[in-house]
Amino acid sequence: MARVGSRLTWRDRLGTIRARFGISRNRYKINPGLYCMGRPTAKSPVLVTANYKLSFDALRQELSALDAWILAVDTRGINVWCAAGKGTFSADEISRQVTRARLAEIVDHRELILPQFAAPGVAAHQLPKKCGFTGRFGPLRAADLPGYLANGKQADERMRSITFSFGERLVLTPVEISLIWRPFLLVTLALFVFSGIGPDRFSIANAYSRGLLATGATIMAILAGAFVTPLLLPWLPGRQFWWKGLLAGSLAGLGYILFNRAACAGLEALGLWAWIVAVSSYLAMNFTGATPFTSLSGVKREMRLGLPVQCGAACLALCLWIAAPFLG
Amino acid sequence: MKDFRYLDNTAILRLNPEKCIGCGNCATVCPHRVFELRGKKAVIIDHDGCMECGACATNCPAAAIYVNPDDGCGCAAYIINHWIARLTGTSPKGCC
Repeated sequence: MARVGSRLTWRDRLGTIRARFGISRNRYKINPGLYCMGRPTAKSPVLVTANYKLSFDALRQELSALDAWILAVDTRGINVWCAAGKGTFSADEISRQVTRARLAEIVDHRELILPQFAAPGVAAHQLPKKCGFTGRFGPLRAADLPGYLANGKQADERMRSITFSFGERLVLTPVEISLIWRPFLLVTLALFVFSGIGPDRFSIANAYSRGLLATGATIMAILAGAFVTPLLLPWLPGRQFWWKGLLAGSLAGLGYILFNRAACAGLEALGLWAWIVAVSSYLAMNFTGATPFTSLSGVKREMRLGLPVQCGAACLALCLWIAAPFLG
Repeated sequence: MKDFRYLDNTAILRLNPEKCIGCGNCATVCPHRVFELRGKKAVIIDHDGCMECGACATNCPAAAIYVNPDDGCGCAAYIINHWIARLTGTSPKGCC
């Protein structure tokens, strides 16, 4: 059985940064099983978490003054919340790990502290029958665990309420951007090809110069929709994300075509602007999956409005862009 | 959550007061504090705050709660993948 400390090394912190940027995030896991934190005894609490190393590190770095057992269940390296939603963080999986670790021979009590974020996947009332341990939901945040345990395992409203602060939104943006690099490359290739179409059939010079303009527009849209919109989320008007992204994209687009007014104007500029609006709106709409407050029903509803607007704007942009060389 | 509100009258969440045994699990696990225990029954005090995570339904021993059962992290790309998969008859790609 492994003993872990609460201090994160530079390797751990580097691993956190890599995971946040989506680098090898799918392989950032630890072996499931029982770990000691400090010098736990048979009376020490058992804290359950996922085997995603980011989850594990987030937990242990808050436990510097505690002696506890940490049971990492096999969520295939996925974090607590997503694993609970997918069903891999479940009463069955917890029971499996409790049995495998022979926990009943290690601790005198029969209680597991579960992360509150695991609740969508763990029917805690089924645990006693499955493994002989009761499950108790601790606070949402690991940082509140010491206070929770010291307070007779009572969580107040704040400990059980989700927040979505600026910092919490900021750390989500790198992975959102890292997830679109493949579509970005494909789109960029297509844009270079479309940019070369003109009265001379195909002009490589145009493909290059206009392609750069179009790619710059795409990058601007990514910044507006996948970075600025999440950061300014509560201050952008409207409740629907596609609308917030559309507004951010409109302003970003305006800035982009003004900055490039020497290189393009008229219909071409309008095309670039419409493209930035479309892509920014789509990326903002996609951010709903990363938030802790949007409902699936709500996202489906706003997609029925947002997608047609985005497709329409993208089509308009493409038509204008391809037609412009023919119209002099 | 008070700071962030999403779309009103959209979340699919139903509590059957007749089946409710007043255990308070839903009020404990809900990360948006949608439920409150009043006397011997749970009540929904903030329906529009619901994000359909299902924590309440999963932890209700009396099966008194119904939440939108559709699978999905609620991200647009995932939903689009599912729509495409349904049209083409293939299996949908996983989520991020």
